[in-house]
Amino acid sequence: MTAMTDTALQAAPAHAARGYWATVGRRIVRDKVSMACALILLLILLGALFAPWIGLADPYQGSMIRRLRHIGTPNYPLGTDELGRDMLARLIYGGRLSLLIGILPVILAFVIGTSLGLVAGYVGGKINTGIMRTVDIFYAFPSVLLAIAISGALGAGIVNSIVSLTIVFVPQITRVAESVTTGVRNADFVEAARASGADAFTIMRVHMLGNVLGTIFVYATGLISVSMILAAGLSFLGLGTKPPEPEWGLMLNTLRTAIYVNPWVAALPGAMIFAVSICFNLLSDGMRSAMDIRN
Amino acid sequence: MFVYIARRIVYVIPIVVSVALVCFLLVHITPGDPLVAILPADASQELAAQLRIAYGFDRPLPVQFGLWLWRALHGDLGNSIATGRPVLAEVLRAVGNTVTLAIAAASIGFTLGLFFGLIAGYFRDTWVDKVATSIAIAGVSVPHYWLGMVLVIIFSVQLNWLPAVGAGPGGSGSWGWDWEHIKYLVLPAITTSVIPMGIITRTVRALTGDILSQDFVEALRAKGLRETKVFRHVIKNAAPTALAVMGLQLGYMLGGSILIETVFSWPGSGLLLNSAIFQRDLPLLQGTILVLALFFVFLNLLVDIAQAAIDPRIKRS
Repeated sequence: MTAMTDTALQAAPAHAARGYWATVGRRIVRDKVSMACALILLLILLGALFAPWIGLADPYQGSMIRRLRHIGTPNYPLGTDELGRDMLARLIYGGRLSLLIGILPVILAFVIGTSLGLVAGYVGGKINTGIMRTVDIFYAFPSVLLAIAISGALGAGIVNSIVSLTIVFVPQITRVAESVTTGVRNADFVEAARASGADAFTIMRVHMLGNVLGTIFVYATGLISVSMILAAGLSFLGLGTKPPEPEWGLMLNTLRTAIYVNPWVAALPGAMIFAVSICFNLLSDGMRSAMDIRN
Repeated sequence: MFVYIARRIVYVIPIVVSVALVCFLLVHITPGDPLVAILPADASQELAAQLRIAYGFDRPLPVQFGLWLWRALHGDLGNSIATGRPVLAEVLRAVGNTVTLAIAAASIGFTLGLFFGLIAGYFRDTWVDKVATSIAIAGVSVPHYWLGMVLVIIFSVQLNWLPAVGAGPGGSGSWGWDWEHIKYLVLPAITTSVIPMGIITRTVRALTGDILSQDFVEALRAKGLRETKVFRHVIKNAAPTALAVMGLQLGYMLGGSILIETVFSWPGSGLLLNSAIFQRDLPLLQGTILVLALFFVFLNLLVDIAQAAIDPRIKRS
C-alpha cells in the first residue's frame, strides 16, 4: 500500500506540493513516540468529550462520610477528594476545562499572532516597526509574570485567564511569524505573483500563508505544553476556574491540604497536567523533526 | 565595546518607559474604579471624591502616568494598602529572598543542564543522549508547582527529612547560609531548577551537535588534536548562546517564582505578589510587577553586554 502511494506520488508531478506534506505525515505516523503521545491525548480528549455517557459517577456529588478514600477503594478506583467526590470522574471531567483553558489561548494567539506577523513581515516599513516594537514590550516581562499580572488585575475567572494567556502568547507567535514571512518575502514566486498584478492581500493569503504556516504551527503546538502548565497554574493560584468545577489546577489547589492524609490522591491532578504537557511537547518535537527534510 | 554598550543602554530606555506604562495601565484595566481598593467599605460620597482628587484619579490618564512615573523615578511607588508601608521597601525585602532561591536553583539547574547538554550533544544518538534528552523533556514539561507538592509528599510527609514550608527560623527577615536555613531552601530550589535544567540541556545539546558537524571541527581532528582539546573548542563556541539562555532563565526564575513560592510559602517577591492579588492591594501589585520586570530588562541588558564581551562577532552585527 505504501509502496503504491509512493509510486503514485512520484508519477504525479502535478501534486508535488502535496507530496511534501504527505511525506511529513508518513514520517509522523512512523514515529512511535509521536503516535503514542497522540493516542494518549486522543484518549484524554475523548474521555473529556464523552464524560457524561461513559458511566462515571457524578463529579459534583460529594459525601462527608467517604472523604479522601485511598486509590483502589472498591467503587472509587482512584479514591475520593476532600469533599468525597469520585476522583476518577473528576479527573476525566476535568479534561474539559483544563484542555479548554490550556489550548484555546494558543489557538487564539496562533490566529492573531500569525496575522500580525504576516502583515509586519510582508508590508515591512513603519508598520513592521510599530508591530514589532510593541511585541518587544511584552518580551520585557517573563511570561509567568505577565500572565499573573494581567490575570491578577482582571480578577479570577475562566475568560480572564484565557485572555491573559492569549496576550502572553501573541507576541511570541508574532515574532516567529514575522521572521519566517520576512524570509519568504522576496522569494521568486512572490515576486512573480506581484509582477502578475496580484494585490497584497491575495499574495499574503494565497502565496505566503501556505509557506509560513507549517513553521508557525509547529511552534504553536510547542506552546500548548507551556500554556497547559500556566493555565492550570493560574487556577492553582485561584485566578482561573472557580469551585466546584472539576479542573486539574484547581483540584490540585483544593487537595493541597490533604497531602498529610492522602498524599497520592492529592497528587493525581498534577499527573494529568504533566501527561498532557509532556505529550504535546513530544508531539511537537516529532512534528518538527518530521518537517525537517534535511534528515 | 564602549559604543556597543552605550547603544544597548539607549535602546533600553524606551523599553523601560513602556514597561512602566504597562504596569501603570494594569491598575486601570481592573474592573471598576481603582478607588474601590483604597476606600473603606462604608465610605461616603464626599470621602470618595476627596480621595479621587488626593490620588489624582480625576486628572487625564497621560498626566496621571507622568506624575506616577516621576514619583517612581524618585523611588516612590506609593504605600501598600494592606500594611501602609512603602511599596518599594516591601518589594526589595522580598526580592532578596527570591534572589537567594534563584541563585540556589540556578547553581543546580545550570550545572546539570550544561552537563547533560554537553554529553547528550557529544554522544548523539547513543543511550547517553536518550537518557539526557528524556530527563530534559520531563524537566520542561512538568508542572513545577506539582513537582513541588510531590517532593513535599516524599521528603516532608513520608520521610520527614526536610521542612515543607517557610524560610527557616526567624522568618523572612533573617536568612543565613547555615543548615538550619538551607534545609528550608533544598526543596524549593530543586523544584525551581527543573525547568532551566531542561531548557539548557536542550539548547546545549543542539548547539554541541551543530558545532561538531562544522568543518572546523573536522580540520581540528585532521590536525591531530586530541578529543579533549576539540571539546574545548566546542565549549568555547557554545558559550555565548548558552550564556544568553542562562541569563534569560535566571530572569524567568526571578520573575516567575510566584507558583513555587506559593507552594512552599517562601517569603519572596512571588508570595508578595500572591498576597497583593488576593488582598486587592493594587499599589503593591503594580510596584512588585514593575520592580520584577525592570530586573528582567536589566538582566537581559547585562547578558547582551557579557555576550558581546566574550564573542567579538556579535559587536560587529
